[in-house]
Amino acid sequence: MLSEFRLPALGADMDDGTILEWHIVPGASVKRGDVVAVVETDKGAIDVEIFMDGIVREIVVAPGTRIPVGTVVALIETEDAAAAPVATLAGESGGEGLTPAAAPAPAEEGRREGGSTAAPSDRLKISPAARRRARALDVDVAALHGTGPGGAITVEDVEQARAAPKPSPTPTPPPPPTPAGAGEGGGMRDAIAAAMSRSKREIPHYYLSTTVDVTATTEWLTAHNAAVPVTQRLLFAALLVKSIALACRELPGFSGFHREGRYEDSPAVHVGVAVALRGGGLVAPAIMDTADKPLTTLMDDFRALVTRARAGRLRASELAAPTIILTSLGEASVDAVFPIIQPPQVAIVGAGAIAERPWVVDGKVVPRQLLTLSLGADHRVTDGRLGAQFLARIAARLLEPASL
Amino acid sequence: MNREELARRILELVTEIAPDVDAATVIPGIDFRDQFDFDSMDTLNFAIALHRELGVDVPEADYAKLASLDKCVGYLSPRLN
Repeated sequence: MLSEFRLPALGADMDDGTILEWHIVPGASVKRGDVVAVVETDKGAIDVEIFMDGIVREIVVAPGTRIPVGTVVALIETEDAAAAPVATLAGESGGEGLTPAAAPAPAEEGRREGGSTAAPSDRLKISPAARRRARALDVDVAALHGTGPGGAITVEDVEQARAAPKPSPTPTPPPPPTPAGAGEGGGMRDAIAAAMSRSKREIPHYYLSTTVDVTATTEWLTAHNAAVPVTQRLLFAALLVKSIALACRELPGFSGFHREGRYEDSPAVHVGVAVALRGGGLVAPAIMDTADKPLTTLMDDFRALVTRARAGRLRASELAAPTIILTSLGEASVDAVFPIIQPPQVAIVGAGAIAERPWVVDGKVVPRQLLTLSLGADHRVTDGRLGAQFLARIAARLLEPASL
Repeated sequence: MNREELARRILELVTEIAPDVDAATVIPGIDFRDQFDFDSMDTLNFAIALHRELGVDVPEADYAKLASLDKCVGYLSPRLN
């Protein structure tokens, strides 16, 4: 049967996107989880996966077209009716996110990376700065030859191309999309504003915080990192992410989605990590199946995720999947964060900077490494008492790093 | 590798791990952190890249010695030659 492949949800309050390039052509076969297109959004270029197996019959939307979420972008010949749920999933407009079940299993990662339709090496290598410059100068980056590391297109390449005459006139060039992460007034700022306004309008937040003596954990981490090869070193944030994931498993009400007046715990825990972008703004992609991953794997995924977030190479599923988010402002040297929930999620955990401060141990004031953890949670789903238990469980896990 | 080649190589690695940094804008004497918000994740990725590409293992305690392009060259030069 012929199935419609629609532009999937791209994360909270991102209602449209521009197809930048297709990785498929009519006649190509696709498998569930293949990256089939790159879509420019307010949060940078995002890899869009397909969630059906079949043969591409038709590409409906040409590159350069800005379209709303849910638009039919390609027609796929599928063998059975298995693709039917895709339409519902993708048709969920308003950026409510993919259902966790629809997110690709981590086992598929390797296959997708090596997939014939979407080998990352086939992609246009270009820095976000160069992409922005290209857009500003109206230069077609696909026609450029990169001179940067690994053949990447640099700002200089773009500017030189601008100086040279264009190879061919472009018929009716599409309107340039709003630059992603362009800081003040950029499209990303609009996306954050929309999501946070909705959050503050709809979600009755309550906030809790607790200060944790993490001296033993930081000592464990220092010793661990000194003992393992550099590739296996961990960041404190990885311990925190895992602790949150395990606490979500133990206590319902914090990891899931509130939709259409009803809350449902997510069977899978995907902890999103807020990543600040250097051009301004932030994204919070998910480390998929966080609770199931050993720390080293989790750290590898975390590192890759942050790098891809900053390169503007996230997958749509990663942006839509988080069931809860960690926002860590430790690097900004603040004591505590009062975090705002990203709908349709119902909780967000904040971490301040770890700092040496006076603390009372056995009746004596001693210097200890202290961390303030905070929680923003949804009063429609939980109360402060349960929230306090949730924070306590995160802290308890964090104090047993060897068991993470 | 002379100091100039080393500096160029380091810049390549910095832009590889931080693809949103434009190599042409990096000021050698100013800390990466102050120039473009280099954070602990960037520093770890940088240490891994140095291990992989140059075969130099930088202990965590020495991360501060990699804070700027100039400091990197000063720290890495004697370890490579």
